[in-house]
Amino acid sequence: MSTTTIVSLPDQSTAKMPKRNYLNNEHGLLSWLLTGDHKRIAILYLISITFFFFIGGAFAGLIRLELLTPQSDLVAADTYNKFFTMHGIIMIFLFLVPSVPATLGNFLIPIMLGAKDLAFPKINLLSWYLYVIGGIFTMAALVLGGVDTGWTFTTPLSTHYLNTHVLTTATGIFIAGFASIFTGLNFIVTIHRMRAPGMTWFRMPLFVWSHYAASLLMVLGTPVLAIALVLVALERTLGIGVFDPSKGGDPLLFQHLFWFYSHPAVYIMILPGMGVISEVISTFSRKRVFGYTAVAFSSVAIALFGFFVWEHHMFIMGVSNYSALVFSLLTMLVAVPSAIKVFNWAFTLQKGSITFETPMLYAFAFIGLFTIGGLTGVFLGSLGMDIHLTETYFIVAHFHFVMVGGMLMAFLAGIHFWWPKMTGRMYPESLSKLSAVTSFIGFNLTFMPQFILGYMGMPRRYAAYPPEFQVLNVLSTAGATVLGVGFALPLLYLGWSLKYGAIAGNNPWQATGLEWQIQSPPLTENFIETPIMDHEAYDYEWLANKTKYEVTTVG
Amino acid sequence: MDSALATPHEHAAHEEHEHVVLPQHRHHFETEEQQREAGSFGMWLFLLTEIMFFGGMFFAYLLYRNWYYPAFAAASNQLSVPLGAFNTVVLITSGFCMALGVWASEVRKKGLLVLMLILTTFFGLVFLGVKTVEYHEKYEKHHIPGDRFSISMFTNPAAYPETKDEKPLAPDMAQKTQIFFFLYFAMTGMHALHMIIGIGLLAWLIKRANRGDFTEGYVAPIENFGLYWHFVDIVWLFLFPLLYLINRHPLH
Repeated sequence: MSTTTIVSLPDQSTAKMPKRNYLNNEHGLLSWLLTGDHKRIAILYLISITFFFFIGGAFAGLIRLELLTPQSDLVAADTYNKFFTMHGIIMIFLFLVPSVPATLGNFLIPIMLGAKDLAFPKINLLSWYLYVIGGIFTMAALVLGGVDTGWTFTTPLSTHYLNTHVLTTATGIFIAGFASIFTGLNFIVTIHRMRAPGMTWFRMPLFVWSHYAASLLMVLGTPVLAIALVLVALERTLGIGVFDPSKGGDPLLFQHLFWFYSHPAVYIMILPGMGVISEVISTFSRKRVFGYTAVAFSSVAIALFGFFVWEHHMFIMGVSNYSALVFSLLTMLVAVPSAIKVFNWAFTLQKGSITFETPMLYAFAFIGLFTIGGLTGVFLGSLGMDIHLTETYFIVAHFHFVMVGGMLMAFLAGIHFWWPKMTGRMYPESLSKLSAVTSFIGFNLTFMPQFILGYMGMPRRYAAYPPEFQVLNVLSTAGATVLGVGFALPLLYLGWSLKYGAIAGNNPWQATGLEWQIQSPPLTENFIETPIMDHEAYDYEWLANKTKYEVTTVG
Repeated sequence: MDSALATPHEHAAHEEHEHVVLPQHRHHFETEEQQREAGSFGMWLFLLTEIMFFGGMFFAYLLYRNWYYPAFAAASNQLSVPLGAFNTVVLITSGFCMALGVWASEVRKKGLLVLMLILTTFFGLVFLGVKTVEYHEKYEKHHIPGDRFSISMFTNPAAYPETKDEKPLAPDMAQKTQIFFFLYFAMTGMHALHMIIGIGLLAWLIKRANRGDFTEGYVAPIENFGLYWHFVDIVWLFLFPLLYLINRHPLH
């Protein structure tokens, strides 16, 4: 593909805030709480997930503070158990799962497809309410004294041996799960049925493809978590033994049901992030994504393989050696479509006109950290290594590399990238670059030592550890502090930019997506008339011609 | 995929935009056809999530039936096949009425639609009534899992008139009948819960059908509810043989 270089950002200097847009179309709290507009629901989601992110982050801070010293001195061991449980539950179910899909996905998918809204606006709003109710239940459990099962609700620990608020939390997660199901269902129907004329499957942006794959996982996986939680709740209240070995139940059955959702959930979290990265990489290297079709299909392949690897969470739990062999192989196979993505992003960069705006910095952080996170996943997928590394800090570091280093970086890349579209204003460029770099350094300082700690055998989920591990733990806590600053900065300057940021104009990045061809912030109905898609995604020549044409007609 | 078809079809649809007649047409859909397709597709996807939801319990059933086969067979013998069979017929009749209701809505016969929806509700309620009788019998026999659960009918069947021909189970195997009954209550209970929700929706649909909402060309809610109701029927068609019929009397 040929490339075009953008020297200046043409429409930014003269841009004005559009008089009528989705933000000022209606006024008052009720106009937000009863809205059917996918963009407003995205904003509602953004506010709520940010709230939960900082609650979960506070627990991460407390965990790292406790681990500063080898003894359990800040809090008692059982309080520490509650800390990491609440951190995990809030971060996974209330932040990571809805993070990109419910905010950016909600906002952008209809626009990217040329539709006025998602197929079911009321179900979309219902999904937000379910999420909030689930969040309230979780917060109630937290305020009443917390829960200490670990985020995995492991039976029979969760059903027979703990007196904490397992039921309240499980109810919260059950309800929040339906929010996720409805989001996924809405996306799938919208992508199948609401595409604008000419928007064929292979003209869709890769962001949409990755959300399609993630939605399949949400729709097929989440109900299984729901039934697993129902069974835990019934077992806990009625005392029957479906998961209790003393009554003939099988605790492994719970593991199967739980991980049948919770492993694909990892791909629910990461796939939308990969979609963000495809958009950002293409825009800031001014090239069509290399191997578009391969990247699109690799999303679907990840979703497909993702359903057949769950047993690798149970290699040390007495599963059959033969099935462990098969699941080990399948686990390593997931690395193939993931690598296809990473290599294609690298080839997109090759000979591109790369610029280093903030979203691009976050995207680079994503590629590097996700690659490390993904490759250590292959370590863990191999049977021998897994037995050595399971339940150590190696695993903790591995999934934080994927979830924080991957997903959170992608989330921040996406938030910065589409901030001008969502709010009509630019974020401050130098401050945001500082925050991107800070997060990257802080992240590596936090989690690199944990790989070493885990390899040396430090187990996860303990408040105390042998004194020889202290140096690395102090490093990790220091890194977490830097990381905390890196994550708090965007909250401040993005808030600031709402009022004082420069006016962005329609297309500050000179990107090709349909969302950039309409005003920022968009109209409630997105498009004045239904667009007709007559070019491929990421067609920069088309954009250049269009811009040239506009200039000649205006001039 | 359907991309090749989508373009001309949607172009044509775009031009028809002015001729939208139904008051139920929502503005973000280009055409009524698109709205109807989206609704029905959404319903199918929702049913897919329901399959996965019930799937977890079927998986548990499969596992424990394999492990505790004698207990499952003995416990299964305590379920009443005549009542189960009667309920199966009742539910199929209810589903048949629902199918006729969808047809009535499509051919715009308001009276028939209302009648069919009422009959669907009626048979649904009969099913739940019979289920209550069965649950009550389990309560009297101490077969509800929990503190009141008793295994004496399985360890000492000769003492009870209804099981006097059965072989006794060893106490540890007899304990496992509790798992069967737990799955029985969880699966049929979850099924009954879906029926109760369905009957609630039916009441609302009957009210709207009576106003004539669904006999002027807008049939989507009836169609989609029909899909849901048939799905609930089909779940029962799996539950009945698995819980009541399979290897009934293998201990003789």
